[in-house]
Parts: sequence; structure tokens; C-alpha cells
Amino acid sequence: MSTVRDWAAPNPVTENRSGLIGKSVDRYEGRLKVTGTAPYAFEVETPSQPLYGHIVSATIARGRITSIDVSQAAAAPGVVLAWSHLNVPTQAQRGAKLNPRSQRGSNPTLASDRVEHYGQSVAFILADTPENARAAGGLVRVAYAAEDADLDFLSSLDLAGPAPGEEDARVGDFEAGYSASEVTVDDTWFSPLQNHAQMEPCATTAWWEGDKVVVHTSIQMVKGGQHALAETLGIPSDRVRLFTRYIGGGFGGKGQSYDDLTLAALAARESGQPVRVAYTRQQMFQATIHRPAVQMRVRLGADRTGRLNAMALEAVTHCARNAPFVEHAANFARNLYAAPHRLTGHRLVRLDIPHAGAMRAPGEAPGMLSLECAMDELAETLGLDPIELRIRNEPEVDPDNAKPFSVRQLVRCMREGAQQFGWDRRNPTPGAVRDGRWYVGMGMATAIRGNFLLPAKAGLRLTGDGLATLTQGMTDIGTGTYTILAQITGETLGLPLDQVRVELGDSDMPPAPGSGGQFGAATAGSAAFETGMVMRRRLAELAAGDPRSPLYGEDPTLMDFANGNIVLGNRSESLAALAARAGPDGVYVEGGISPAADARDWSQHTYGAQFAEVGVDSVTGEVRLRRMFGVFAAGRILNAKLAKSQITGGMIWGVGAALTESNAVDPRYGSFLHQDLGGYLAPVHADIVNLDAVLLDEADDKANPMGIKGVGELGICGAGAAIANAVYNACGVRLRDYPLTPDKVMAALEAKGL
Amino acid sequence: MLTTIRVNGVDRAVEVDPRTSLLDFLRERVGLKGTKKGCDHGQCGACTVLVNGVRINACLSLAVMHDGDEVLTVEGLADGEALHPVQQAFLSEDAFQCGYCTPGQICSTVGLLAEVAAGQPSEVTADLAGPVTLSDAEIRERMSGNICRCSAYPQILAAVRRAAGAAA
Ligand code: FES
Ligand code: FES
Repeated sequence: MSTVRDWAAPNPVTENRSGLIGKSVDRYEGRLKVTGTAPYAFEVETPSQPLYGHIVSATIARGRITSIDVSQAAAAPGVVLAWSHLNVPTQAQRGAKLNPRSQRGSNPTLASDRVEHYGQSVAFILADTPENARAAGGLVRVAYAAEDADLDFLSSLDLAGPAPGEEDARVGDFEAGYSASEVTVDDTWFSPLQNHAQMEPCATTAWWEGDKVVVHTSIQMVKGGQHALAETLGIPSDRVRLFTRYIGGGFGGKGQSYDDLTLAALAARESGQPVRVAYTRQQMFQATIHRPAVQMRVRLGADRTGRLNAMALEAVTHCARNAPFVEHAANFARNLYAAPHRLTGHRLVRLDIPHAGAMRAPGEAPGMLSLECAMDELAETLGLDPIELRIRNEPEVDPDNAKPFSVRQLVRCMREGAQQFGWDRRNPTPGAVRDGRWYVGMGMATAIRGNFLLPAKAGLRLTGDGLATLTQGMTDIGTGTYTILAQITGETLGLPLDQVRVELGDSDMPPAPGSGGQFGAATAGSAAFETGMVMRRRLAELAAGDPRSPLYGEDPTLMDFANGNIVLGNRSESLAALAARAGPDGVYVEGGISPAADARDWSQHTYGAQFAEVGVDSVTGEVRLRRMFGVFAAGRILNAKLAKSQITGGMIWGVGAALTESNAVDPRYGSFLHQDLGGYLAPVHADIVNLDAVLLDEADDKANPMGIKGVGELGICGAGAAIANAVYNACGVRLRDYPLTPDKVMAALEAKGL
Repeated sequence: MLTTIRVNGVDRAVEVDPRTSLLDFLRERVGLKGTKKGCDHGQCGACTVLVNGVRINACLSLAVMHDGDEVLTVEGLADGEALHPVQQAFLSEDAFQCGYCTPGQICSTVGLLAEVAAGQPSEVTADLAGPVTLSDAEIRERMSGNICRCSAYPQILAAVRRAAGAAA
């Protein structure tokens, strides 16, 4: 096992001699996407005419199907088959694992008469056209015996219990420290249920080739999907070939497979034809996961100079009764500010609702909406500038575990952000700035998000035409994976980008963990880098051992790679010639990365500072973004253009969380109040005004050999809090119930007599 | 019903189910899958195409209503290998991430530029009688029917600007 010290030596990526690392090259697959020729899962070519599936969903929260009749549907025009739990083909029992090494267990659909949440699949129709499938779905007759269900989070808080396998994190003695503090803040915040609302609904196209099933599905984790389907069908995983080449947004919601995958595979097997299955937009809300509601109590105790003595963040969050998931809204607070006495922890309320799960920056996204506003409240109490308060509480080592930081540029993010944003123009008195009918204010917040490296592999082939092709069972969900892997491979081998190909999203390729948790670029990229280094050694040895090479007999460790050549002194040979001589398939190598043995000896995060200026309409209570700016530090940046897109995309998610996005459970049915994009308000173009970000120079040599970290989730962290703080600065209204919609703002303005 | 729609300059005569949306006609009947289905309810804009030069949501319109119409989809914009200026602008400005909303955004931009050139005012146009200037507010307003959950809005704005410059 390597240690981080092994990563410190200069390497082709850190030396970056051809300048591909960091370069703002266009997206590798961009041409396909702007011409509409990138096939998403529902769109792939099938070997013959496909059939279309339609899923029928449960309309109660909890209970039993007392009768279900699919006979009318089965007799409808064009219908090939109609299934309920009574006649669906056999699947393995829930959780079963044929192969103990599978990453996921069986997840059967239509498995029994039990209904565990609204929107669960209860029937499935397969027909010749989408119209016939959907019309027949309406002919399925279902009767239920509904049972009492726990549906409402806030009225069920007394049901909260410990999160399984977790204990509160305590440092020092919070209670004593808090009561001894000169100045305290104690407030409770609420972040509602939110939905991913990826633009592409989950979908699968499937067909069988003998006893093997080929599936194209929209999923962030290749192996997870392959294993889940294999276990559900009760077959070895090498009989499932899973592709996921283009994914229309994931954000965590496609970290797992859903019934579209299982039903497409089953229906293709039974019908002997290719099958396409997609969820409708309405079904997506309840058939897939969501971010749970979170209630957060924040207590801060400080002395009069603003130094924190005690801090606590206690979060209560919900999950589905039989699918435990914890939104770790308090975790980030363990590493952010110094305070000798600390308490953080989570409680869970189990409800009879659709499954909660990971959504972009799980934990930090809702969590920072509380603490980062509480810090502003403390700053105001003390008469301190919010940035100054944060700087006074900047820790020297990680306050949770006393580990050194690998690199931490949080203060620099705040200072540079303040300067570029014009923070000195902020009037600290709330409600002091007016622009016509608008109250105008500025706010800021910090951002922190952990960095991880997971084990991953990659394959690399160099062929006689001089092309290097990187293959990896990895995904690109819009994050830029294709592009950065091409840049890393090109720089490592000294090849121009037009000689590099990248192929992803195939379960036959060397495995990578997929896209999630902001670990994708560092993990997949490091595996690609190491594989490139294996290729360099292999090629150098080939040249040294081949009498036909001009480098014959030379020391392979001294050879270098540049401009498509392998070079030593004034002798060189093209990689193309070397690969051509190696055989018709060229040269193929595999390589991989694992976390360093001592990686956890450092506290490792990405950081940022968010700044927002808003207007609050004194007549309607509407909050409008006027401008937003962030400064971030996230290791070496592989592609400045794409990294910035990731960051600003995250910031816009923060705008949504602060101002518009929320869902609620309908207490009558256990359904979600909003089941479409007209009701669930993700930000639209007109909501986003003058939003920009910069990334600081950084290299984190404890992260991986390239010193890179993730950027996919950092941008959302703290973004909403900066807006809420700006709203307070604008009009003196402190709302702790997100999102800050006009009705709430208006009521608060009226309560202040404004 | 036999319905003939001219799609990207080619007549497509198809026997269609009257329930078939223009979107499903394009995607499932004539195999042009570049136009995306994000919601099927007119709420996202992923299915935006140009019908007789005007942008519409293809999911909100039945195929049989378009007999004899001229439809332009994302597949019809490029000239062989040469990208349409709007496509090139989206690529250069990185005005997308997952790419699923992108064909709709691009078709919407083509429609927007034509509307502005024709002097059609929008909700944010100050002077309804005068010529329309393509301010940032105009672009944001006119592109708000196209949701991008990846949230590439700043880059989309830049792409529309760049394309407008190229078109001028
Ligand atoms: S698919 Fe037509 S507007 Fe969403
Ligand atoms: S690029 Fe993903 S939704 Fe716009």
C-alpha cells in the first residue's frame, strides 16, 4: 500500500509540460450533445423493433393490495403482457445475494401485496407503442386495504430515534462550555424535503443475447446497477452487461437502480424483444429517492471577542421506514470552526413515505443553511463583521480530531471573495439600503465539503494508429469525466488530445466507483493517471528491448514522453510505431489507485466563500438574486472551464434551496404535494442573475498523486446561507424555515411593521 | 392517421396514432431522438423544436395537428460537419453539463434570435412599440421556458450572446 509520501514526487501531471492539465478545453462529448446524437438510455439503437413498458404506481402510503385485476389491460390493443405481484416472473427475495461480493442485493419489483409507500410499482404493462402501454395502464383495477401511516415529519419529531450505528460526536463538555459562555445563540432551522429533478427521467432499454441481458440504463454507479440486476434476476453478474454512457443528470438520485431496470430486463426476457421503460416525470418524484426534510438546532457560545467556546448542531431528519438513510447535516460542523466544547449528531424519524437518499452534497447542503446563518446572528450580537467572526474562529488543526489540515485556504477564500465582491460596500445595519421598492442586502457564508479517494481501475490501449483509448467502468453525469480523463491521459503519455479516446459506462470495463460524493474526478482520474504511468513503463521497456527501436538497449527509466514520441536525448520513436510493432491490437495495460495507507492522518476538505446580494420586494415579499460570487479552493483544477461550470451549477442549487425548492408530503395519501416541474420550483434562467465564481490555485499533495480534489458538490455548500444572510441584511427579516418564499417574507415584514 | 410532416427538410409520411405527441412522433416514429423528453407536460422545454420557424414544446402538441408542417429539430441545424453557430456557441461556452436539456436550449435560442430580429416584445421589453434590444434580461426571460437542472444558466447566457453576435 502506498503512502502519501509516494505521491509527492513530481510526475507528468504535476509538471504539466504540454499544458493540458487545467486547460479549458471543450467537453469531450460536447459535439454529440449539441447535435442531439449522444444516445441516452431510452434512446439507444436496439437489435430489433422495441416494445414499450409502462409502470402503474400505488396510490396509498401503506397497506395491502386486496385485489388487482390486469385482465382488461392485458386485452387492450397492442398489449403484450400485463403484470401484477400475482403473475410477475420470479425474482430473488429482497436483499438476497447469490454472490456475497455483490455490491447490492436483490431488489425485486411487484414482489408482494404490501405497499410501503405512495408511488411504489404495483403493475406493469408492455405494449407495442408508448400510447398503448400507457392507456392500458389506466385499465388496471386495484383495491387496497390502507393502514395507518406516519407521514408528517414535523408532527412526528417525538418518534425520532438514534441513527443506526451512530453516536453523537462530543469533544470537551458542550453543556458546561455553553452555559459558561458570555454570548449565546440558540435557534432551530428547517430545510424541507427536496427532489433531484434531473432533466432525464430514469429509463432503461434492455434485450437478451442468449442467456445474457444487455441493459442501457441511466445510473451513476456501473457496478451497483449490474449487481443489483443480477441478484434480482438470480443470475451471475457476468450475465448482465450494463451500459450507462450518457446520463441526463444524476445528483445522487441515480446512485442506485429502480424498477425500470428490473422490469425492462424481465419483460425483454419474457417477450423475446427489446424493451424500453421510462418513468414519467410525475412518477420520478416518488419512485426515486429524495433529500429528506431536516430540522436543525444550533447552539453557539462565545466570549465577547467572538471566540467560540461551545458549539452544537443537532439534526433530526426523516427516512422511509424500511430504508434507513441519514442526511448527515451536522457532520461538516465538526471540521469547520474552532471551539473547545462541541456536540454534533443526528436523529432519525421513520415515515411511510418514498425513500430518502443522497442528493448533491448530502449533509452539507441543508446543514450549512443553519450554522452559517447562526454565525451571522452571533456576529450581529457581538457587533462583528461576519467574515471577521469566522476568521477569529479559524482552527489551526481539525477541531474534531486534532489532525493537521492537508491544505486549508478558507480564510484566503473569504478575503479574496470579499475584495472582489465589494464586501466593504455592505451596510451592516439591516434594512438600511433601498432601491425603489426593493430592500437591498448582502450576505456571505463559508463552504466546506470533504474529499475522498476510493479504489478504482482503468484500462488503456495504444494502437498502431497512434491512438490511446482509455476504458473505465465510470460515468459522466455532466461532470466532465470524459474530458478530464482525456486530459490526464494525454498529459501522462505526452499525446495531443486528438489522439486520445475515452470510453466509459460499460460493466465489462475495469471498474470505478462511479459519480457521487464529489469523489469522481479524483478517483477515476487518479486511476487513469496510474494506468498511464503503467503504459509509460511498458512502452519504455518495449523500446529498450526491441532491436528495431532507436532506443534499443537504453535505460527505460530515463526515457521521456512528449509530442506523441518516446524520447531519450536526441533519439526518439513515435508511440504509434512502437504500438504497431507490438501486434495488431497494440499495447494494452491496466492500472489503478487505492487510498494511501496514511491518507486519514490528515483532515482533507475543499473550501469556499459565498457572497450574495439580493433584493427583497417590499410590496410582495419576493426575494430576487441581484448578484452572487464565490471563491473556492479544491486542489489542482483539471479543466478550468468545466470545473467552473460544476461550481456555478452548485451555487444555483443553493439559490433554489434558499428561495424556491421544497416539497411536502400530502397527509391524505402519502404522496408529494409537487409531482411536476410546474410545482417543484427548480431555478429557471430568469432567477439567476450575475453569478460567477473563481477557483484558487491549489494542489493538495495528500489527496492523490495529482493533487486534485472534487468540485461537484462544493458549490452548493453555504450558497443558500449566503442568500438568507443577504435577505436579513436587506430587510432585517431572519427566516429559519426554508425556502424563503414571498408568503413567509411578507408575513415577517408585516410582523415588523414594514 | 396518415400524417406527413416535413422534418429537417425531409417529408415523413407516417401512419400515426392520434394520441401520439409530436415529440413521440419524432423520437419513436421517425427515430430522431435528439429532441428530449424531460416532463411530457410543457414544463421543462427539453422537447423544444421549431414548427414553421416558431419554437414550441413538442410534447404539448399532437403529431396529427402538424400534417403539412415544417419541423426543424436539433438534428437539422448543423451543415454536415460544420456546427450551427448556436451549437458552436453552446460548445465553446460550456453551456451544458449532462446535455439533456441542450437540444431544447439550442432550438429555443434559434427561435429566440428570430423573435428578436422580428421585433417581438417579451414580458421584460420596456418599449413594446420599439425595436427589441437583446439585453441580458431579455435573454433570461426568453430562455426561462427551458429548465437546466445542471444549472448552466450563466454559460447559456454567454452562448446566446455569442450566437447573437455571430448572427448579427
Ligand atoms: S418534455 Fe416537453 S416541455 Fe418538458
Ligand atoms: S445540461 Fe443537464 S439539464 Fe441542462
